[in-house]
Amino acid sequence: MLRFIIRRLLITVPMILVVITLTWGLIRLAPGNFYSGEKNIPKEIEANIRAKYGLDKPWYVQYGRMLGHVVRLDFGISLKYEGQSVNKIIMSSLPVSASVGITAYLLALVLGIVIGSVAALRQNSIWDYASMALAMLGISIPNFVLGPMLVLLFSLSLYWLPPSRWQGFASRNIILPVLTLSAIYIAYIARLTRAGMLEVLRSDYIRTARAKGLRESQVVIRHALRGGIMPVVSFTGPALAFLLTGTVVVERIFALPGLGNYFIQAALNRDEPLIIGIVAFIAMTLLLMNLLVDITYGFLDPRIRY
Amino acid sequence: MRTSANGNLLEVKDLRTYFETEDGVVKAVDGVSFEVRQGETLGIVGESGSGKSVANLSLMRLIPEPPGKIVSGSIAFRGRDILKLSPREVRAIRGQQIAMIFQDPMTSLNPFMRISRQLMEVTQLHLGHSKQQAREHAIRMLEVVGIPDAEARLESYPHEFSGGMRQRVMIAMALSCQPELLIADEPTTALDVTIQAQILELIKRLKGETGASVILVTHDLGVVAGMTDHIIVMYAGKVFEQAPTSELFEQPGNPYTRGLLRSVPDPAAEQGKLYQIPGQPPDLARLPSGCPFAPRCERVQEICRREFPPFVQLTSEHYSLCHFADEVYAESQRAA
Repeated sequence: MLRFIIRRLLITVPMILVVITLTWGLIRLAPGNFYSGEKNIPKEIEANIRAKYGLDKPWYVQYGRMLGHVVRLDFGISLKYEGQSVNKIIMSSLPVSASVGITAYLLALVLGIVIGSVAALRQNSIWDYASMALAMLGISIPNFVLGPMLVLLFSLSLYWLPPSRWQGFASRNIILPVLTLSAIYIAYIARLTRAGMLEVLRSDYIRTARAKGLRESQVVIRHALRGGIMPVVSFTGPALAFLLTGTVVVERIFALPGLGNYFIQAALNRDEPLIIGIVAFIAMTLLLMNLLVDITYGFLDPRIRY
Repeated sequence: MRTSANGNLLEVKDLRTYFETEDGVVKAVDGVSFEVRQGETLGIVGESGSGKSVANLSLMRLIPEPPGKIVSGSIAFRGRDILKLSPREVRAIRGQQIAMIFQDPMTSLNPFMRISRQLMEVTQLHLGHSKQQAREHAIRMLEVVGIPDAEARLESYPHEFSGGMRQRVMIAMALSCQPELLIADEPTTALDVTIQAQILELIKRLKGETGASVILVTHDLGVVAGMTDHIIVMYAGKVFEQAPTSELFEQPGNPYTRGLLRSVPDPAAEQGKLYQIPGQPPDLARLPSGCPFAPRCERVQEICRREFPPFVQLTSEHYSLCHFADEVYAESQRAA
């Protein structure tokens, strides 16, 4: 087990290297600079700026310096938010993204598994059709449509919930972003659970459980659920990583000072250290979550050993 | 132990289990009747798709509904019709009075659960055992079915056992509550030949010790020969022949049974001379109006294709579904 974890962690190193190298290359290929967004500046001043930030050095020197930052996990100073270190920006915005994300994740997990199980247990009933139609809607409606629609309904028409802004985790402001964010995940998890449960419910060992005289609820909860949610597990790893690290659109719609919002700003500003920092951070989270999924598999399925 | 007046533990009458499919109604079990006496072993023989498994799942009301449905018949177990019981009453019978062993021990045990829990939950449910009692009982049952070092093996997962050992675990589970009827649905089909004999021997021994009745479902006539008191032969959802075991082997009264008997490989025979019944079992959604075996029958006549055969009584306990049952029976007698 420990050897497996160490091996997996070692593999993540080259993967992150590839990701940041590609990102770095893309930033340099994109036209414009972090200082050129404002106005035409005199040649001399531009040269000064370039010298100050080391942009006059050969590309491999700049690449090496960037790599040095990543290796030390100290991503340097933001070019746009002057005086603020990238690490500090990530650390201050992460709690916002993570609290919305984890809430959405838990909601999606519980609702998705319940809805999917009900659909599987009542296959081809009105419950099944209704929940799967709803799931299809959840997958089809993009969150930049769903978010404003929820705002329109609950904030601007019913006046029940605030439309935007961040007031901390324990405030009503979190409800709409969480709903918007989790909708598609609820839908996916419900569909995966349904498919998984349908397969398990037809299996021989469920027949054995019924032949024992167990109640249907015991058959489902004790015997079927574990095998039925296996497909969900592999989906939840990347899902959790994305939810944790913020989603650009939802944070934009609800004006949340989260990681995703900074990410978009950084890209628009060509704020290289901030982009690299956030990309590296998201990549690491993603790889870590996938590792977590594999470890969870081992716990859920005794046949899997590392 | 209470049984019905004539000493039958189980009386199945005119059982019909149909499945709705896209191809139409599949009559998997179509008018099957049989009895199981106290302490006897009944063999149910037939090819794949003959309806023998469905018949047995129907006994415990384990047919998935939909698409399946028991459309008519009665299943009197100790005088009570199982088909008229509430789901709750059926659950009380399952696992306690009627227990089942399935064909594939690889998939019939829950792969995610330690066998301790799988064994313990039966007696906790039906016998009201505490955890401790259930545990001790589970160890005892594993010892009874011949699993060495039972106490240590109790915490294993199914995948840590071999196929034969898993079937032993299944048997231990099935016999935990001392059922009056044990249904073994092809218990040895998925196992090696040497293991097959061990498992059959085990079932025989435990049956003798507990006095349970057994229904042994198989497609292997070699398996039922030494194990059963009576045999019914099923084909296309119907009982084709029904007889005491020795009589069925010595004097079959049905061409299908004769075909099955000839299909049993004889190790002494020359190589390359295996007999097989020509053709395939019929599509149960599109049965012809006559005898369902007619297209494959050696002695088929015009009437076989036209009319459904009668269920002819040959001796007091010997029945055959055939237009020419008497003739076939007489031929077998001459040959014997």
